[in-house]
Amino acid sequence: MSTGVEAGVLPATAPASVPRRAGLGLGHLRRLALACVLPALLVAVWQVTTAGRPYSLIPPPAEVWAELRDLAIGGVNDDAFSGTLWTHLAASLSRVYGGFALAAAAALPLGLLIGRVPLIRALLDPALQVLRPVPVTAWLPLAMILFGLGPRSAFFLVFLGAFYPILVNTVFGVRSVEPRLFEAAAMLGCTGPAQFVRVVLPAALPSIFTGLRLGLGFAWVVIVVGEMTGVQTGLGAIIMEARQLSRTEIVICGMAVIGVAGFVSDWLVMQLGRRLLAWSPNHG
Amino acid sequence: MADPTIPILDMRAVSKTFTAGGRRTEALREANLTVSRGEFVCLLGASGCGKSTLLRVAAGFEAPTAGQALMWGKPIAGPGPSRGMVFQDYGLFPWLTVRDNIGFGPKARGRPAAEIRDIAERYIALVGLQSFADAYPHQLSGGMKQRVAIARVLANEAEVVLMDEPFGALDAMTRERLQDELLDLWSRTGLTILFVTHAIEEAIFLADRIVMMSPGPGRIETIHPVALPRRRDVSSPAFNDLRRMLAAQLHSHHAPRAAA
Repeated sequence: MSTGVEAGVLPATAPASVPRRAGLGLGHLRRLALACVLPALLVAVWQVTTAGRPYSLIPPPAEVWAELRDLAIGGVNDDAFSGTLWTHLAASLSRVYGGFALAAAAALPLGLLIGRVPLIRALLDPALQVLRPVPVTAWLPLAMILFGLGPRSAFFLVFLGAFYPILVNTVFGVRSVEPRLFEAAAMLGCTGPAQFVRVVLPAALPSIFTGLRLGLGFAWVVIVVGEMTGVQTGLGAIIMEARQLSRTEIVICGMAVIGVAGFVSDWLVMQLGRRLLAWSPNHG
Repeated sequence: MADPTIPILDMRAVSKTFTAGGRRTEALREANLTVSRGEFVCLLGASGCGKSTLLRVAAGFEAPTAGQALMWGKPIAGPGPSRGMVFQDYGLFPWLTVRDNIGFGPKARGRPAAEIRDIAERYIALVGLQSFADAYPHQLSGGMKQRVAIARVLANEAEVVLMDEPFGALDAMTRERLQDELLDLWSRTGLTILFVTHAIEEAIFLADRIVMMSPGPGRIETIHPVALPRRRDVSSPAFNDLRRMLAAQLHSHHAPRAAA
């Protein structure tokens, strides 16, 4: 048989790595600069409208920055909040990732089954779809009754927030697997439940990853609501407490930390996805 | 395993009717066909003649509505590794490299990892894709994808290779090259091949026997043995005589429809 080298094929070595390496130079700096334009503008407007006005309800950037340093390492105000940032961040992180992990553990197998088994779809899908439009905030009172005041309610609300994006995208991914691939697997000797692991899961992985990204995003969105349930620590708790004390600079610090933490965790998921989905022409 | 007196494939009065949305379509009516071990048989016909349906019944993807589909004298109950299928749209697993696509069958059947690796290497070499062993399907040309699809079926020890217009989506040069490669592979391995095509020339070039099918409802019309010596010369008078005869037969299938 001939060597099989034909014209018009892409190089077989990971093609994505080439442009990425080239982008580390000028292109990388350019992207970073462009990304900073909008934040810089916002801070400028914030500075102009708040600085030097003693009765401004919104503290100027410099004051928030000082507060952030105090929250992180202390030594500025030396009050009850000084140096507590890491405790709160750790508490929120554990709830976000704990609730998210639980949501993924429940939504992934459920999504695979609903997508693939008609009986289970008929049994579960309608009820789940009716519950889906109910906002997480509406669950708050019920969560507090069911799980009491404290971290378990927060955990439950984060779970709810992350559950549906993962479920819906998993079901979608499973339903859009090309039927041909099941035929190919069957004629190669892979039938029945084995197809879940060997065909359904990998073929649905791009959608599942979209679901996981959205789910983790929602987990960060609902963490503030989740920590309104009377927990002592957490970024949501510190925001609620600072609000009651009119410490708006702490509220803004909490918002900024949530934003950065959510961004970093999304970036981590994307890196993982890029690695696992290197095969897909739309990812990697 | 094989009793030489029993045909490897035996289709006995196979009929297939599809029902969709309350409408019944008779795709295949009472098709009779036996294929002996090592034979290269082409199913030739216009669209709607039931050639793909017959192939899918042999694969086990469709159960016959009436009649019997047998392999080595036993009813075909479903798809299985003994009958490998090569699809026109390849059906490769996009998340697996060439190596892992070829190793899919042995892995699904629980072979040890070292053996899977050896098998994959052997069949990668057989289809000449050594330098693309770690490439993903989307990085390959159509001809290379089809080589992988053939290799993965052979790596799984298929006795019968069922091919559904496998070269239909390829450009003419690649198609001719793959036809040559397939014949070479067939003559070296003693495979049995059932090959669906609507291209007369392809059927004459490849087949020991050509099964001419006609539409409305799909059925087997005639079976033509091809006695030309291999490798066949597509410009020889004998080749052209056969082509002309088959073309006339194929066009007669269209004529009544065009008049209607």
